[in-house]
Order: sequence, then structure tokens, then C-alpha cells
Amino acid sequence: MINKYCNNTFFFAIIIVVIMMEYKITTRNEMETIEIAQNFESEKFPNMIICLNGELGSGKTIFTKGIAQALGINETITSPTFTIIKEYNGELPLYHMDVYRLDGNTDGVGIEEYFTKGGVVIIEWADTIKDILPSERLDIKFKIVDENKRVLVLVPHGKIYEDLCEAVL
Amino acid sequence: MIVMKDKYILAIESSCDETSASIIKNGHEEIATVVLSQMDTHAAYGGVVPEIASRMHIENITMVLEETFRKSNMSMDDIDAIAVTYGPGLIGSLLIGVEAAKTLAYIYNKPLIPVHHIAGHIYANNLEKEMTFPLMALVISGGHTELIYMKENYNFKRIGGTLDDAVGEAYDKVARVLGLSYPGGPLVDKLAFEGEDTYDLPLPLDDASYNFSFSGIKSAVINLCHNEEQRGKKINLANLACSFQNRVVKILTKKTMRALSEYNVKNLIIAGGVAANKGIRNEFIKLCEESAINLTIPSINRCTDNAAMIGAAGYYAYELNHFGDLNLNAKATDELN
Repeated sequence: MINKYCNNTFFFAIIIVVIMMEYKITTRNEMETIEIAQNFESEKFPNMIICLNGELGSGKTIFTKGIAQALGINETITSPTFTIIKEYNGELPLYHMDVYRLDGNTDGVGIEEYFTKGGVVIIEWADTIKDILPSERLDIKFKIVDENKRVLVLVPHGKIYEDLCEAVL
Repeated sequence: MIVMKDKYILAIESSCDETSASIIKNGHEEIATVVLSQMDTHAAYGGVVPEIASRMHIENITMVLEETFRKSNMSMDDIDAIAVTYGPGLIGSLLIGVEAAKTLAYIYNKPLIPVHHIAGHIYANNLEKEMTFPLMALVISGGHTELIYMKENYNFKRIGGTLDDAVGEAYDKVARVLGLSYPGGPLVDKLAFEGEDTYDLPLPLDDASYNFSFSGIKSAVINLCHNEEQRGKKINLANLACSFQNRVVKILTKKTMRALSEYNVKNLIIAGGVAANKGIRNEFIKLCEESAINLTIPSINRCTDNAAMIGAAGYYAYELNHFGDLNLNAKATDELN
């Protein structure tokens, strides 16, 4: 009985490793980060959810600017840190969030409503609200290498986001 | 002789953290204002977590309105119109104010006046000193950095603004990098006065436009901290705060003073929460004295979000018949123009 249990766990662990695909991209400057973002935009679909994590100045808002440009949004994408959520109209609506200030306190803010409104959702500091994130999404971790260089680690969750990464990268 | 009847505006503001209502007479006299900060509500939890839940606004709004009428000894019958912030801000929060205003306007059959949040910040000045036109308004806060030209009352022309982070936000983020508590903007201002300008930071977006960009200097501060850390050197926080503040003050004053001269304007208004920043305040006072510019900076309690400023702006919108109807909707993003 114990043996059987162990085997199952072992088998399960292997599956997890396979599922958790990870892609690493190095960008040498802001322009390259914007280009990556634009590639994602060209494969957009309603309710696309992209979660961005990484320290201050690592390029999260730059990435969002790239998506917005490609969505045909003329307005300047400014930081949503203060208002938490900013909305823009493009080929698809863009919902740009920075949930840092919530400190995990999402009760009644209505973040979840945006997941099914048919737009592209970008969430900065998404790790702080992990509990309410949809199980299907794209996580991107931004790492600072030096002044201009960044490493983007992309982890797709769900088939649709795996296909997205395959198509883009 | 025509005797002008006094006009009373009931104003409601709920664009972000605070729920506020106010009654303003003739656009410049504050009868009563109530501000319920959600930060207060949560102080009991021992944190300074800004709970911005619209649920909190719902719980607060009727209480705030009741308290405003109680303080003023007035009733809805005395009110001529209802002004409300329709944007920009957090949509869920804005909606509570807008719905409350619409409901009151409908039940009591009063005109409804939609007011832009930035217009409110500018008109906060009118509560202290009557505004003289034409004027230039620099609105700086945690969420905004805007340079607005006003030829006359309620005529707004946005000539520039931030392309990324707002001034207040850049301060808060630099504070985070320096390990100060959030929101740490005021602490950076304080530290700056204890240090010297020793760090070589770039002047942010020093171009021919009236736009601002503070994301670059934020990154420069981050890089500097990383590099010094790798070299095993300790950052002098006060000196870094001073160097950062000097650049921000330099670019804000440089572009604003240029706008004043280019538009041939002699009146400058500074508005928004960051108007409380001493470094920025001092430099503007000095430069305006030198150039014979009539400078107005509202007192600190007028710089933060409250409904009194919405009532002041709302009065002039009312005079110009800028009314909204019951289809009025809240807008998360909207430029003042």
C-alpha cells in the first residue's frame, strides 16, 4: 500500500516537471523588450492574462507599453501604481493593473471581474495576489542583469498559453 | 440692482482612497467638508495598507453625506446642484460617488455636474485666494503630473504631462529602493535636506516638450544602488535623496518656468499632494519671486483629495452650464481638456 502511494507520487512529480514549461529570453535594451511584447500582442485573444513580476525598474511597464502600442492605443501608458487599474481602448480593451499597493488585500476591489471582460489584462506585481489569479495565464518574471539587459522568464499555465509561447518564441 | 443669489454646491469625491463630501458656497467658501480616509478605517488593523475597496466607499458614503449636512446645518433643499468626480481614478471607487450623486440629483431634481479630478485639484486654490487668469497650473501628486494652461475660468488646455510615472510615485518608488517605508515620498524630501548633491544622476527628459518622465531617474537610482552594493560600498541615503530631489526639482521648475514665459502667463498655481514637498515648494517660491510671477500653493490640507475642491470647480462648471445627465458614467482614464 505504501509502495503504491510512493509510486504515484513519483509519477505525479514527473508530470509536474513536464507541465511547468519555462522559456528564457534575454533582451539587451528597452526596444527589445517592447518587440517581445508586440509579438505577444499579434497572437492576442480576448481575456488574455499576462502577469508580470520583477523588481522596480525591471521593465514591467515598458513591456505593457509595447503591448499597448501594438493594440493601436494612442494614449500614453502611464504607471497604474496609484489608481491600481487603468483602462484603455484599442483593438481589444487593455486593462493595466499594478496591485502592489493592495498588499494582497483584493477584497471588493473587483480585480476578478476584469478576467472575463474580453480584454487583454496585464497585472504588475501579480505574485502578491496569487490566490485570485486564474489558473490559466502567462507569468513573466523580469530579472535585471545590468543597466539595460534583462532576462525574461516566461511560464505559461494552461494549453492556450503554452501554444501562445510556442507561436511567439 | 441685481442681487446675485448665493449658490450652494454639494460635492462628492471618491476617486481613490478617500470618501469625501462637501458643501461649497459660490465656488470659494467652504461651508462643511467631511473626508473619511480608508486608511483611518484600517489603522485599527495596525497597517497603513490603503484599502481601496469600493465596498468601503459604499459603507462610507451615506455616513459622509449625513455628517456633511449635519455639520453645515443645511438640507438638500438649500442645495443648487450636485457636483461629482467622474474620473480619472479607480473605476469601482468612482462609481460609488457617481451613483450617489445621480441618485440624489434624480430624487431631489437637482442639476448634476461632472467634474474632472484634476480640475478639482486646480480649483482647490480658489478656496484660499481667487484665481487670476490666464494661469498655468502644475498638478503634481501620487497619480498625476500635469501642466495645464487656463486662459479663463473652466477652460483647460493640457500642455504636458508624465509619460510614465507621476512625480509622487517616483518619490515613493525611490523610497522603496532606499528601504524607506511606503509611501516614502515625504521621507525622501526630508532626507534630501540632510544631504548633499553628490551622486551623478541624469536630468529626466530635458527636451523641448512640456512632458515629464520619471521612470529613467528611478532606474538610474536603482542601478546606482546595485553598482555600489556590488562594489561593497554603502549608499549615503541623504546624499542620494538630495541628488534625486535636485534633479526632479530642476526639471519641474525648468519646464514650468519656460511654459510661463512661452504662454506669457504671470500666474502659477501648484496643486496636488506633492505640492507639500518642501524642496519643490522652496525652489518655485524663489524662482517666481525672481521672475515676478504670482505663485499660489494651497495649504497642505487642500492639496490632498477631498470634495471641497470638487465643489469649487463644480460651481464654475455650473455657471457655464456644464451639466451631466443621469447617463453619466465613471471613467477610469480621461485627459482634462
